[in-house]
Amino acid sequence: MPAKTLQTASGSARQVLTVSELTSLVRTSIESTFPDLWLEGEISNLRMPGSGHVYCTLKDESSQIRAVLFRSNALRVRFTLQEGMQVIVRGRLTVYEPRGEYQIVLDAVEPKGIGALQLAFEQLKERLAAEGLFDQSRKKPLPAFPRTVGVVTSLTGAAIRDILTVLQRRWPTLHIIIAPVQVQGAGAGRQIADALSLLNEQGAVEVIIVGRGGGSQEDLWCFNEEVVARAIAGSRTPVVSAVGHEIDVTLADFAADYRAPTPSAAAEMVIPVFEEVRERLLDLTTRTGQAMVRHCLFEYQRIDSCNRGLAYIRFRIQEESQRTDEMTDRLQTMVQLRLAAARDLVRDGQRELTGLNPILMVKQGLAMMPQVMKRLERQMAVFINHQQRRVEAAIAQLNNLSPLAILGRGYSILSRARDGTILRRAEDVQTGEEIVARLSHGQLSCTVKRALPDPSV
Amino acid sequence: MGGVKFEQAMARLEAIVGELEKGDLPLDESLRIFEEGIRLSKSCLKILEDAERKVEVLVQDKNGKKRLHAFSPDDQADDPTS
Repeated sequence: MPAKTLQTASGSARQVLTVSELTSLVRTSIESTFPDLWLEGEISNLRMPGSGHVYCTLKDESSQIRAVLFRSNALRVRFTLQEGMQVIVRGRLTVYEPRGEYQIVLDAVEPKGIGALQLAFEQLKERLAAEGLFDQSRKKPLPAFPRTVGVVTSLTGAAIRDILTVLQRRWPTLHIIIAPVQVQGAGAGRQIADALSLLNEQGAVEVIIVGRGGGSQEDLWCFNEEVVARAIAGSRTPVVSAVGHEIDVTLADFAADYRAPTPSAAAEMVIPVFEEVRERLLDLTTRTGQAMVRHCLFEYQRIDSCNRGLAYIRFRIQEESQRTDEMTDRLQTMVQLRLAAARDLVRDGQRELTGLNPILMVKQGLAMMPQVMKRLERQMAVFINHQQRRVEAAIAQLNNLSPLAILGRGYSILSRARDGTILRRAEDVQTGEEIVARLSHGQLSCTVKRALPDPSV
Repeated sequence: MGGVKFEQAMARLEAIVGELEKGDLPLDESLRIFEEGIRLSKSCLKILEDAERKVEVLVQDKNGKKRLHAFSPDDQADDPTS
């Protein structure tokens, strides 16, 4: 070790170092002492600037050390370093001279506990899931009857043989387009992604199978690559993934619209059995015809029953019309009878009225006049005659009663001369009074000599 | 695409059979969809029977040009990825 004895001011041989010299000395010393070591610790203060280098601190309960992972080595780490992650690293110690800090330069980083691949898988899965790449809502339905099927796999693997066999067995006239790719090794992921875009661009296929046969986790790794997962999720054409065996689950499976456990199963999933489809089509056709015939028959029966109903209605109409006729007849008869009666009444009335015609009556009266007059004259003559006789008789009777007639029989009437008063009693005259005695012929003027009243009175 | 057409035609045909079998359509409507069903059935059968088996390989060369050629067992031998 270089002398770094610090001597007192009184010392003669003192050697003074600059900071750079010292740091350089320390660096040389550290680098030669710790050229290659394994270290376990927890990542903290993780920084990943644009340069691509990764800086962090590795620590345990009581100590810490700065660590740097340069870009070239960082690219080889498949998983993403995270704060708080327990890692085992391999590297060498050095000193970062500008700050005089010693640090470990990392060559490799591995997660502690699980394998690096597994961790990378989990991390990418989590990230893509968070992005929504695996969301159920993104999944496209498979076409029920694809006529053209795309296959992305290797032309040499067992997968293509299985897929072709199953597809052609199920649908002998299927159109298949294979986009050949490497399915393992560096660059395989890129090829798979490109093949998917190629099939999408070409536009003929209606569904795509992407996959390969079984292999180790390393073999299947390309199906875990981000570029593959994104290409599958981004495919306009529905994608069925079929990677390895049932137990192998890759990110391609998560991104695909459907996951098949094996390539053969994928082929079964995408294409129905031709014969079954044909059978179904024929069955539907038959049923269409049968249903139509049934419907026609039903309609025929309906028409028939309507006809029968109509016949009954026709019968009823006839019946009713007959009754109507009959009633009309009766009505007519009745009306005519009533009419005749009324007409008679009117005629009578008219006749009556004619009889009462005043002009006629006057005429008739006038016509009767001469006859009436004659009768009247005749009756008048009779009447007059009769009256004449009655008058003559009366006169005769009157003659008998007349005082003159009595006088004729010798009686006379005495009256006072002075006033003509008829004398009935002796007292009515005074002695010496002049009286007149009327005789049947002529009269006598007399003088009362003595009035002798009747002693009996 | 034929597949989609076929799928739609089959779906429509199923619907027609369902309607006809339910039997509550007026006759003229029944006849109309019956005729449609028969047309669909014929075109579906034609699609099924007209197809021919074809296996092709689609590749893109370095210039980005797409090539489609018939698949043959030779392809497997030539496969650069093998």
